[in-house]
Amino acid sequence: MSPQHIVVVGAGQGGLQATISLRHAGYAGRLTLIGAEPGLPYQRPPLSKAYLKEGRAEALMLRPQSFFESKDIAYLPQTTVEGIDRGAGEIAFHGPDGKGRLPYDHLVLATGTRNLRPPIEGLEHACDLRTLADAETLRTRLGTPRRIAVIGGGFIGLEFAAVARGLGHEVAVIEAAPRLMARCVSARMSEHFADLHRGMGTALHLGTPAVAVDAGGVTLGDGSHLAADFTLLAAGVVPNAELAAEAGLEVENGVRLCGRLLTSDPQISALGDCASFPDPRDGQRIRLESVQAATDHARFIAARLSKGGEDHYAALPWFWSDQADSKLQIAGFAGPGTSEVVICDGVVARLDDRGLVAVETVNNAGIHMKSRRLLSGGTPAGLDDLVQIAA
Amino acid sequence: MVQVTYVAHDGAETTIDATEGDSVMQAAVANDVDGIVGECGGAMMCATCHCYVDEAWAERTGPRDEGEDDMLEGAASEITERSRLSCQIKLTAELDGLVVHLPEEQL
Repeated sequence: MSPQHIVVVGAGQGGLQATISLRHAGYAGRLTLIGAEPGLPYQRPPLSKAYLKEGRAEALMLRPQSFFESKDIAYLPQTTVEGIDRGAGEIAFHGPDGKGRLPYDHLVLATGTRNLRPPIEGLEHACDLRTLADAETLRTRLGTPRRIAVIGGGFIGLEFAAVARGLGHEVAVIEAAPRLMARCVSARMSEHFADLHRGMGTALHLGTPAVAVDAGGVTLGDGSHLAADFTLLAAGVVPNAELAAEAGLEVENGVRLCGRLLTSDPQISALGDCASFPDPRDGQRIRLESVQAATDHARFIAARLSKGGEDHYAALPWFWSDQADSKLQIAGFAGPGTSEVVICDGVVARLDDRGLVAVETVNNAGIHMKSRRLLSGGTPAGLDDLVQIAA
Repeated sequence: MVQVTYVAHDGAETTIDATEGDSVMQAAVANDVDGIVGECGGAMMCATCHCYVDEAWAERTGPRDEGEDDMLEGAASEITERSRLSCQIKLTAELDGLVVHLPEEQL
């Protein structure tokens, strides 16, 4: 039987999508969406890209207020969920009007991530870029000429660096790993983006950890001091899994899910950045930080809750990053220990012992889309298949 | 304001007053028009805002942008010569009264 009251904790793009898809699939029961931030649910990806340049907050909103009324969704902004009482089937929350409890038949955890605070002294001097409020602060700071230090050479740090440098600021990126975006892309792709940023005049400090931040800049591992008017911390994220852990749910690099995206309690699902789930391809446990995973998880959970079924989640991951004039697109997911083969300029294949696992492209949407289809197919793809597409 | 009419696959029409400068995708999402998803927010990454520009308007909306053809390859419904990604059609005064048709599926 389908549940009578579904509560979604977390009003990011994934949490919101779960409510959209539930109504779309015909779920007619009570539906509540709870978010910690003020205002309407919004898109995060543009915060490190278009929003920094254009500053149009209204363009970020995913749905208008009227959506919640017309779809009969109770949306509770500025509300934090403080505990899950699984025995009673209730959550405890704290909102603008004080504390309360809410019963649920099914709970969806979409709690996302928060910025990782690495062991660096003086981090209180650094800015974050995670929420709209963070992005507003940074936008104001970008209004006057600055020297800017960015700790972390991943997607967010580099997208921000490209915008800041494009606006004429002096920018330095500090990355502890020997290459950029090392967790996500091939060495060849790291090199492409290192050339891009250096070509723009951004200083890259690779293989050098930041050890301290102060009001005047950043101290590096080699003892040197980099002068900066402000510092952005973009050194990765940690999943918000404490709520689940305190409720006794299994946690393993995020809320642990089975192939049907259920937690260890069949009355609780989880989705998006906060959740780890078995990779449909090889069963390895993965946790993805992307709009694609959040929304595909949400659609899968909504379909299961409204229509039932024993299917396992099987969507192909994809990612993107816009840095200056380079649009990086990744079809598939390459874990550690994956090898790389350059197919042609701006196209890199990632392979493991079972064949093609991911395709990275720069400014080549055609090959990206064809790769997505190739990797989504029922049969494992190989290097030859990709070479054929790229020819 | 710029008026836009969205014709759903089943023929149902929704007419909205959109803000000049918004894209056809943004206007649909902001006004809660079903049938346009716009998952990537207009970054030309997802092909879930596919629409067919009404024949009478095809000339005024202009040709597809660079990269749009490639992304449309991944669209869930049939592609015709009038297919566009609605995130790439910016609403100007000249497009007041625009009519677009929506595909059966976006995902």
